[in-house]
Amino acid sequence: MKLQSRHLLGLEGMSKEDITLILDTAVSFKEVLDRPIKKVPPLQGKTIVNLFFENSTRTRISFELAERRLSADVVNFAASGSSVSKGETLKDTARNIEAMKIDMVVIRHAASGAPHFLTHVVRSNVINAGDGAHEHPTQALLDMMTLREKYGSLEGLRVCIVGDILHSRVARSNIFGLKTMGAEISVCGPATLIPRSIEQLGVKVYYRLEDIIPHVDALNVLRIQLERQKSGLFPSLREYHRYFGVTKERVDRAPKPITIMHPGPINRDVELSADLADGPHSVILEQVINGEAVRMSVLYLLGTSN
Amino acid sequence: MKEKIMKLHLKSGRVIDPIKGTDSVNDLIIVDGKIDRIGQSLSADRSFEVIDLKNKVVAPGFIDMHVHLREPGYEHKETIQTGCLAAATGGFTAVCCMPNTNPSIDEESVVRYVQEEGKRVTGGLVDVYPIAAATKGRKGEELAPLAELSKAGAVGFSDDGAPIANAELMRRIFEYSSMYKHPIIQHAEEPTLTRNGLMNEGFQSTRLGMTGMPSIAEEIMIMRDIILLRYIPQARYHIAHISTVGALDCVRNAKRERLNITCEVTPHHFTLSDEVVESFNTNYKMNPPLRTVVDVQAMKEGLRDDVIDVIATDHAPHTVDEKEVEFAQAPFGIVGLETAIGLSMTELVHSHILTLHQLIEKFSVNPRRILTLSPINIQEGEMANLTILDPDLEWIVDIQSFRSKSKNSPFHGRKVKGKAIGIINNGNKYFTNS
Repeated sequence: MKLQSRHLLGLEGMSKEDITLILDTAVSFKEVLDRPIKKVPPLQGKTIVNLFFENSTRTRISFELAERRLSADVVNFAASGSSVSKGETLKDTARNIEAMKIDMVVIRHAASGAPHFLTHVVRSNVINAGDGAHEHPTQALLDMMTLREKYGSLEGLRVCIVGDILHSRVARSNIFGLKTMGAEISVCGPATLIPRSIEQLGVKVYYRLEDIIPHVDALNVLRIQLERQKSGLFPSLREYHRYFGVTKERVDRAPKPITIMHPGPINRDVELSADLADGPHSVILEQVINGEAVRMSVLYLLGTSN
Repeated sequence: MKEKIMKLHLKSGRVIDPIKGTDSVNDLIIVDGKIDRIGQSLSADRSFEVIDLKNKVVAPGFIDMHVHLREPGYEHKETIQTGCLAAATGGFTAVCCMPNTNPSIDEESVVRYVQEEGKRVTGGLVDVYPIAAATKGRKGEELAPLAELSKAGAVGFSDDGAPIANAELMRRIFEYSSMYKHPIIQHAEEPTLTRNGLMNEGFQSTRLGMTGMPSIAEEIMIMRDIILLRYIPQARYHIAHISTVGALDCVRNAKRERLNITCEVTPHHFTLSDEVVESFNTNYKMNPPLRTVVDVQAMKEGLRDDVIDVIATDHAPHTVDEKEVEFAQAPFGIVGLETAIGLSMTELVHSHILTLHQLIEKFSVNPRRILTLSPINIQEGEMANLTILDPDLEWIVDIQSFRSKSKNSPFHGRKVKGKAIGIINNGNKYFTNS
């Protein structure tokens, strides 16, 4: 079985079959992670570079562990203290690294489309680890894996993404992927953080958590960035928490338990209350382990198809 | 880049002069750059060079009133010489160059330099008319010396690339410039609404996760300027690269009020919509950004009903290295001189939006009127200032063949119908295939 593309740039346009293949493969890799020796050989002899132009700890570690567990050789490149601060372009950086015989590139970049640009200048397989506010496909895949594990299927599942949709690549990838898999998606957040015409992506928009909470199976709570307050998009974290914070009190009004997801890192008691984050319906740590499995799956499927 | 012509016999071309309203197949005899005779089946002795223009169109010389020649200061992108060569190749006998150079065209000496360099490198084949900055250093803070700039030869004032955002200053510019009959050319963009913007705001920017530049940023600035213009009706206001349906409505209404308002559109704004940005090709990054299909359609209608007076390219050369970066990092703008006529003929004339007469008005008659340049008459005794078109020539845009120093065009590989095959101006001729 092979994926249709030799890159993973995003979930928009990815077929149901490809998503299913990635998730199914991830399930078998999750078993590997339960073994005493968590290493398998398929990417032996392959070299992967993690090009991180944006600060990230957990995504980079997750990718790096996934790469090592598949026996790949791994090189890490972080933007600070590198040639980038000396004014080197992305094209030059990528081509120089590729000249050292790299097979795959994992890229995290603040500019939407940077991974797509990379596919035009390098020959390696490119995996998008987050580009601007555009896509973060492995995050959405791990979210889908987590939901599928819990509910058996994504078809008809009702998921609401809560918070800063405007700046969120997690939201976009989740919308694209979950829609393809037949889920019902809504978004909820302050009007200033809901991008224009998002309804055209086939999602419903809510401005009050109370209106949507009774009608969902899962809430995917996004991290709110303090910088957004400074640029005038909402007045204060206090007010944000008061009206858009996902709290036990709000969730308990639902007729049945709601699964709580968060891509991390959490601002406890801002977008999500601590008791919910640590509560029985939180799958946040399951998301983390599934993240590794999904990344192993993607690396394996792309890295062994050439 | 060109040849001096002493004696030329243009045979059997379809001569269109929209000012006189004439359109007929005629011969033109040109002696020392002047039209000596016009008539059917003229004969001339063997000392005349004969060019057969059967099925070709002879029009008054085209002018592109919105060009970035980049000199002085950015000669790695374009020089006056390469820009003028691109203009000649594209079928333009004149260009207006925008003042966002380094130093900017905000004092007499720079106006003179640009004009003289234009004459020196083209020998008069392409007339270079500088647009001077409206404010010192294009900073939008203090009035530039408009009287001196006018005297030195500036034909209009603009801070293009940036809007004149300060309302008080815009008021003073309207008042002061009205003494000199030059248009104020506004890059209409309310900057507080477009901060960090990369593309049109709407469904596509939402999909692609890019910061948007909303159409209202353009419309709010135009509305404000129209209100100022109503207050100072003796000023002349020209909107550069109009791009939204709402902006066109503003202009349409202001024209009904008989205000001194005109506008131009670029070929890319009536050809491409924002859906193409999904490729993240930085040659789709321009300011104003590519808008929606509804806006594109409105641009065509605006051209048809003459709300839009002028087609101008906003020719904005950038090097390959400057454009071959992440979308967010790339500079705005594309080259346009060598594709403008092909695109306009294809999208407008062959698509029955405009007649050939209207097209010529928008490329020659109207911009010259707005800039208060003398009209071009195709008649005996006048200097020949002509653009010669092959309306039915089908060709494929190839950036490698561009004479411009820069190749940043999204139209590479596009099939178009209609091309300028040559120009004649100030006793020079330049034919692309001869």
